[in-house]
Amino acid sequence: AAAMFLRLLSDVRWQAANPKWRRMPCSRRSTSSTAEPHPVSLPAQAQVVICGGGIMGTSVAYHLSKMGWKDIVLLEQGRLAAGTTRFCAGIVSTARHVSLELKMADYSNKLYQQLEQETGVNTGYTKTGSISLAQTQDRLISLKRIASSLSVMGIPCEIITPKQVAQLHPLINIHDLVGAMYVPEDALVTSANVSLALATAASRNGVQIHERTSVSHVLVQKGHVTGVETDRGQIQCQYFVNCAGQWAYELGHSGEEPVNIPLHACEHFYLLTHPLKEPLASNLPTIVDPDGRIYIRNWQGGILSGGFEKNPKPLFTEGRNQLEIQNLQEDWDHFEPLLSALLRRMPDLEALQIMQLVNCPESFTPDMRCIMGESPTVRGYFVLAGMNSAGISYGGGAGKYLAEWMVNGYPSENVWPLDLKRFGTLQSSRTFLRHRVMEVMPLMYDLKVPRWDFQTGRQLRTSPLYDRLDAQGARWMEKHGFERVKYFVPPGKDLLDLDQSKTFYKPDWFDIVGSEVKCCKEAVCVIDMSSFTKFEISSTGDQALESLQYLFSNDLDVPVGHVVHTGMLNEQGGYENDCSIARLSKRSFFMISPTDQQVHCWAWLKNRLPDDSNLTMEDVTWKYTALNLIGPRAVDVLSELSYAPITPEHFPSLFCKEMSVGYANGIRVMSITHTGEPGFMLYIPIEYALHVYNEVMNMGQKYGIRNAGYYALRSLRIEKFFAFWGQDLDAFTTPMECGREFQVKLEKGMQFVGQEALLEQKQNGVYKRFTMFILEDHDTDMDLWPWWGEPIFRNGRYVGKTTSSAYSYTLERHVCLGFVQHFDEKTGEELVVTTDFINQGEYEIDIAGQRFQAKAKLYPFSSLFTHRRRKDEVELSGYQRE
Amino acid sequence: FYLTPPQVNSILKANEYSFKVPEFDGKNVSSVLGFDSNQLPANAPIEDRRSAATCLQTRGMLLGVFDGHAGCACAQAVSERLFYYIAVSLLPHETLLEIENAVESGRALLPILQWHKHPNDYFSKEASKLYFNSLRTYWQELIDLNSGETTDVKEALINAFKRLDNDISLEAQVGDPNSFLNYLVLRVAFSGATACVAHVDGVDLHIANTGDSRAMLGVQEEDGSWSAVNLSYDHNAQNGSEVERVKMEHPKSEEKSLVKQDRLLGLLMPFRAFGDVKFKWSIELQKRVVESGPDQLNDNEYTKFIPPNYHTPPYLTAEPEVIHHKLRPQDKFLVLATDGLWETMHRQDVARIVGEYLTGVHHQQPIAVGGYKVTLGQMHGLLTERRARISSVFEDQNAATHLIRHAVGNNEFGTVDHERLSKMLSLPEELARMYRDDITIIVVQFNSHVIGACQNEE
Repeated sequence: AAAMFLRLLSDVRWQAANPKWRRMPCSRRSTSSTAEPHPVSLPAQAQVVICGGGIMGTSVAYHLSKMGWKDIVLLEQGRLAAGTTRFCAGIVSTARHVSLELKMADYSNKLYQQLEQETGVNTGYTKTGSISLAQTQDRLISLKRIASSLSVMGIPCEIITPKQVAQLHPLINIHDLVGAMYVPEDALVTSANVSLALATAASRNGVQIHERTSVSHVLVQKGHVTGVETDRGQIQCQYFVNCAGQWAYELGHSGEEPVNIPLHACEHFYLLTHPLKEPLASNLPTIVDPDGRIYIRNWQGGILSGGFEKNPKPLFTEGRNQLEIQNLQEDWDHFEPLLSALLRRMPDLEALQIMQLVNCPESFTPDMRCIMGESPTVRGYFVLAGMNSAGISYGGGAGKYLAEWMVNGYPSENVWPLDLKRFGTLQSSRTFLRHRVMEVMPLMYDLKVPRWDFQTGRQLRTSPLYDRLDAQGARWMEKHGFERVKYFVPPGKDLLDLDQSKTFYKPDWFDIVGSEVKCCKEAVCVIDMSSFTKFEISSTGDQALESLQYLFSNDLDVPVGHVVHTGMLNEQGGYENDCSIARLSKRSFFMISPTDQQVHCWAWLKNRLPDDSNLTMEDVTWKYTALNLIGPRAVDVLSELSYAPITPEHFPSLFCKEMSVGYANGIRVMSITHTGEPGFMLYIPIEYALHVYNEVMNMGQKYGIRNAGYYALRSLRIEKFFAFWGQDLDAFTTPMECGREFQVKLEKGMQFVGQEALLEQKQNGVYKRFTMFILEDHDTDMDLWPWWGEPIFRNGRYVGKTTSSAYSYTLERHVCLGFVQHFDEKTGEELVVTTDFINQGEYEIDIAGQRFQAKAKLYPFSSLFTHRRRKDEVELSGYQRE
Repeated sequence: FYLTPPQVNSILKANEYSFKVPEFDGKNVSSVLGFDSNQLPANAPIEDRRSAATCLQTRGMLLGVFDGHAGCACAQAVSERLFYYIAVSLLPHETLLEIENAVESGRALLPILQWHKHPNDYFSKEASKLYFNSLRTYWQELIDLNSGETTDVKEALINAFKRLDNDISLEAQVGDPNSFLNYLVLRVAFSGATACVAHVDGVDLHIANTGDSRAMLGVQEEDGSWSAVNLSYDHNAQNGSEVERVKMEHPKSEEKSLVKQDRLLGLLMPFRAFGDVKFKWSIELQKRVVESGPDQLNDNEYTKFIPPNYHTPPYLTAEPEVIHHKLRPQDKFLVLATDGLWETMHRQDVARIVGEYLTGVHHQQPIAVGGYKVTLGQMHGLLTERRARISSVFEDQNAATHLIRHAVGNNEFGTVDHERLSKMLSLPEELARMYRDDITIIVVQFNSHVIGACQNEE
């Protein structure tokens, strides 16, 4: 097989076109000449050093050099495209669940298509199309959801019948299929050659490429990259890009300042066969049979088929060099289930002769999404790795986004789902990674129903109340390693039923969450929200206020005891974070952010706060347990426990007070609930958590108190049109676009980050608008439920996608939140979205290909909440101002 | 009607027994790690017996399987008594004296054997006094005979076998005033049993065999594969030298009638056995004992029946053939089993199945395609078979059970077929014996480290 791949490599004719980087004779014998002296000595310095000559490293080099950066050195420890890139199956597939990944794959496809023309390197690009098969109705729904996404992106795609599958592919057994998705523009490439083509183009643009040079560690001074140490000497540099694939984790940990890159390799097997008697056409579509866990592509007249088995074999847990990639063994017994699936899908292949079983390790990440971006701890240290076996599909797009990020400071898309900073040190335990990737790899082909949760690596971070809540029937989900309650199963309910609530339709927790919501509306509920990220920022003088006033968009110079909702915006006015900040004293602030902001927000502020020893920022997330008391009777419970007046006069909305609750003193009570409902957040020093919880539950009994979970919270906040960062809001959304101009101090004449962009928007209007949709003709019991990412149609034309959705128990309707854009009917150009444009349209939401009528609203239903007391209206009315 | 896999398992595991030789200070000084045994009945009640015991006054361990015929009485008696006869034969003179003195003065007796028994392996309480008296007579004779020489294991085994068979014969001739015991000793003598017994002491393994049960050594070759070494010869018509022996012991005139249809006198499959006085006593003795015996015996057609061409008894002996083998580190296990196993499985397969079971599935040789021409279909068939093998290993905690599963459930491809297994196990009592025989298996696992160390010392 080695000879086979060498043959592939020898087809490449890049050497002549590349004067700086080569000196290897064209003959393939040269590959054995490891002792050959290095022709070109390493430069002493460069702007960028990229480590890794696989598809990722070469793609980053290619895009950086295209964008005008020339002083780039790419280092490869072995040969270019010799690792996972060389061995991977070469399938370019756009059928992806996450729309960002879909965009990356689409870009990659288009890039590879023209790469041979651009570089003269034969990339083996063949447009074959791909067919994803469905053996079950649920799988077909899943495919239809992807098809909806692909269609609105302009990528041709079709849901087809089993009969049509048979027409497209002669070998497929269709008797057990219910349907399929056909994506005609998906392609095959020779992945190593794509990488070499990118390297060739980069080299022509001035990128220096050095093979057989390994990076031992990265040099860091004062939190900045200053250079790299290699086995051939040092290179000074400003930027370092870690594209070391499955070695990225170790490389990240090799320096004095560790960079956590949570990924772990698993063995991945695929089969190569000799050609069929009548060799398969090279343009025969690639088959993906996720229910059989396999993919099948044509390969030199025969087939190449691999898959993602249920029982993956993680490797290199203890680090590299214990086993060389080249020495990995074929494991036929392990491959047996996949071979059975293959023969079931294509029974005629029985007589086909085996050529080889290839063992090609792939790296996987804790959440099945790739890792890109800058280290939160070392500036100038960028990462692109952890492709979860889709390196070829993502390579082009991921390289482009990372290059943009480095050159412009931010990429052209919201890449938060892939941002390295979504992880912290807590995800970098080797044991955690080993266990988690064993779950992730099979998940590649598992059915992804709404609201699935990872089962491994759980119970890492928990509230002190975890056991108490668990004993009361809590069902848990995990965010950033923290266990959070979804809902509470009432005693006597059949638990088995509930654990099988994985469906695209109405889930069986529907009534449970409904009763929790009802209790929030009519009495009082307590939700443990301890996972929120909490920072304290204080200073000896006015430094804290001054710095925060610049970094946050809302006015923080409020009286002590007030709470301010504010965005933390970037230069473009987009939300880097959305938080609540309480002014504890003249000089200290308490900041509450979403759970997954712990790393990102910390890094953002650290990098921007002045270097002043009198200004301190502390992460106090672990110090406080947060209980959310939601409901009209919350005030009664709290006043009985504190003997303090909590009437709206004494405790208006958006207020923060330290007070005693039960015996415990120093509880930070805030009159916000993150839902628009009346109530309080209690920030409790953890040692008092159990006491306060017990007191609240005992006292609350006469007011009908009960536990509730995040699903109830979700339903409440969505029906109130509350946007959440990370779901609805991102770095590409401004306060203007989601009706939050009132949270911005534009009129106060103060400088703050993003101000100019917002002023421009205020003047010229916005190009997208956060809108609430009420589904009209949707049958909650019978129809598919919306999730997020559903296309929105206005007067039959695509205008945007939903970002979150929930069933509103008050409206007895589904509510979807999402952004509406305005594309010119002829040119497709983006136009300003006006209130009239929103209001004067007929809307439909597409759920897995089925469209439901929806009513668009720019403001929440205030009429629903007329019985609320005044203080709540303050919180609400704030959101209604435009 | 099918048995579910759990039902199949509960049948297969009903009689399984395992013994692990205890370790001292983390070290096992015995060359035996332990053994697994099991039996699956076809007759009702089962006619096979098994025994295992550690010798307490000498070194070594005794293990044996006994295949009864014409009832289970003889096999039961042999399984209770034979190891005592062997142990006594091995005892030095001083110990014999000590024991005799203890009995004489009514003191507590030194224990001779530590039994390793399944709860279903019973001892007859009623006969224990009778059996003990016979045994005591034997050791008294040994004391009188005191040769002064150290006991040779081979000789001891032969003497023990012959003496026990002799005692069985005598007890039946003498009878007992107790009518229950009287009937019992007659049933023991008129039924028969083969015996295959192993004595393991350090690297010295002795197999004493009488009849058609078999002892087989499992050897792991350097490449990890398994091979079988026979440590006993079957005493039946298939064994040429055994047929020769029988013919030598009788006049030429009987040559044709001695072995008919592969049976001794056209009746008996094993050519050596305990009991079976119908092939040992003179016709007169048989008639006298039957006539004076209890009615049950008199009414029994079988006991009254005299074998045809019965001219020069005895035709049958219990004298064993003894094979001595020095254990080597590559000798990993010993299988003792009644013919129920060997008639369904080749010893080579037995060696492989037990070997792979004991070393764990992870030692299953990985498959490499290499330069061979293999089609996807062929590979698939091979892998499915390997998987079936692995899954059946996981079900069993006992090597003997695992062997029985294969013996009963194997299809033509050599893999366990649940459907077949279920059918074979759900046969009604009256049919079961037509499809399979009683199977009794003991798998003894050796300690290669201890054996290696012993070797180096020698």
